[in-house]
Amino acid sequence: MGKEKTVEVKNLKMVYHTISGETEAIKDISFSVFEGEILGIVGPSGCGKSTLLSIIAGLISPSSGEVLVNGQKVEKPSKNIGYMFQRDHLFEWRTILQNVLLGLEIMGKVDETSYKYAEDLLDNYGLGDFKNMYPRQLSGGMRQRVALIRTLIVEPNLLLLDEPFSALDYQTRLAIADEIGIILKKEKKTALLVTHDISEAISLSDRIIILSNRPATIKDTITIELSCPNGIRTPIKCREAPEFRYYFNKIWKELDVHV
Amino acid sequence: MSKNISNEHSKYLKKLKKKKQAIFIVQISILVLGLGLWELAAKLNLIDSFLTSYPSQVWRLFLQYSKNGDLFYHVAISVFETVVGFLAGTILGILIAIGLWWSDFWAKVLDPYLVMLNSLPKTALAPIVIIWVGAGYSGIIVTAITVSIVITIMNMYVSFSSVDEDKIKLIETFGGSKLQVLNKVVLPYSIPTMISTLKVNIGLSWVGVIVGEFLVSKAGIGYLIVYGGQVFKLDLVMMSVFILALISALMYKIIAILENKFVKWQE
Repeated sequence: MGKEKTVEVKNLKMVYHTISGETEAIKDISFSVFEGEILGIVGPSGCGKSTLLSIIAGLISPSSGEVLVNGQKVEKPSKNIGYMFQRDHLFEWRTILQNVLLGLEIMGKVDETSYKYAEDLLDNYGLGDFKNMYPRQLSGGMRQRVALIRTLIVEPNLLLLDEPFSALDYQTRLAIADEIGIILKKEKKTALLVTHDISEAISLSDRIIILSNRPATIKDTITIELSCPNGIRTPIKCREAPEFRYYFNKIWKELDVHV
Repeated sequence: MSKNISNEHSKYLKKLKKKKQAIFIVQISILVLGLGLWELAAKLNLIDSFLTSYPSQVWRLFLQYSKNGDLFYHVAISVFETVVGFLAGTILGILIAIGLWWSDFWAKVLDPYLVMLNSLPKTALAPIVIIWVGAGYSGIIVTAITVSIVITIMNMYVSFSSVDEDKIKLIETFGGSKLQVLNKVVLPYSIPTMISTLKVNIGLSWVGVIVGEFLVSKAGIGYLIVYGGQVFKLDLVMMSVFILALISALMYKIIAILENKFVKWQE
């Protein structure tokens, strides 16, 4: 892991205003994400995890505090940052290839090379045969893979993953999380993964931040070190690591869930 | 797909085909039977053919009007007015809806006016329109526009506003502008609504044109109907109504074909 800081969040605070009053969503959060690291963010539902990602992506501005990405202050969305949503949001009226090219098209960068590159990526991830099909012809897992390629093709060096697997059924979810985890490591991407699934966070992340109830503050930061069987570090294999249970219980206690 | 269809499956397909044929046969029979009864009732003096006319008389008149070219003249005028009114009403409506989507402020300002205009029977405006715009084609075309434009604005605006927030956010994360949000998401997403609005507008534009022609014209299908009614030539009225029905059905069909072309991704 390099020691370069890709993301620096400094004293972030966010207050929402509505007619019925104001809600403090985030209260003084500071943390850093290092280059090549996958940082998991877990927290109770409605604690402002998605708000945090939206601020880092430059989609909304914080009430106070600042976010630096690659040393530059974030004020508006930038092509260095890729965002993955809960649902794939493929456009039903575009073919798979056209969906993948969406980002480049918006940036005005579609040419012969990018077509070639898009096709190569689709081939690499086993979607080559589907490039001229429409999204509704694909399964949920395949669609989410297309969404990942759509994000990766603009070559962001930071990926923001907002519960990207939660809309999938359980089996698909395990498989896709595994696959995307491997891809992220292979491409050496820095990523922020927001999830409410503790196991998913442990198996994918290098470090995990636990957020408190609203207004969100950082309760704890845990560095994950798993001794994966046979030294193969893939998310699914890592679930078999002996330390897995320990981390799970620790995070579960910290989350302090009351139903 | 395999070519060897199982026995059961071929039976199923046969059943479907039979049902389709039956529907078609009954549809044709209703038409033939209706026309036949009408003709028969008129011939046997069960109904007053002065008031109702009858199919063979209507057909004779049709042949006569086709031969001297009058029919095509009147049909061409009405079709021209309808197509222009339809296109203008739809395009203007969509443009205004885009404007409302763009500016939330103006959408809120204009909302009560649109609601009021929408519930107003637009044909009530026809006399005013004709006085203001003129008692020619232009007055009739503008009447047709007033009938279709308000509903177009409302339908399209609702569709534009119902686009998933996250889809818009997606465009923004790629650094897209508001114009790109419009072009890449909002408009393509609304194509199905656009097509169904087109289908409704065909009928509405005909309403505008016929009402306009009732009021002022010297030519067109609406003129033929009013003229026929005034001189009690019911065969002329009946013929005009039949032709009107056929042409508007044909236009509807054209839109349906366009629909199949443009929304392949929906099937």
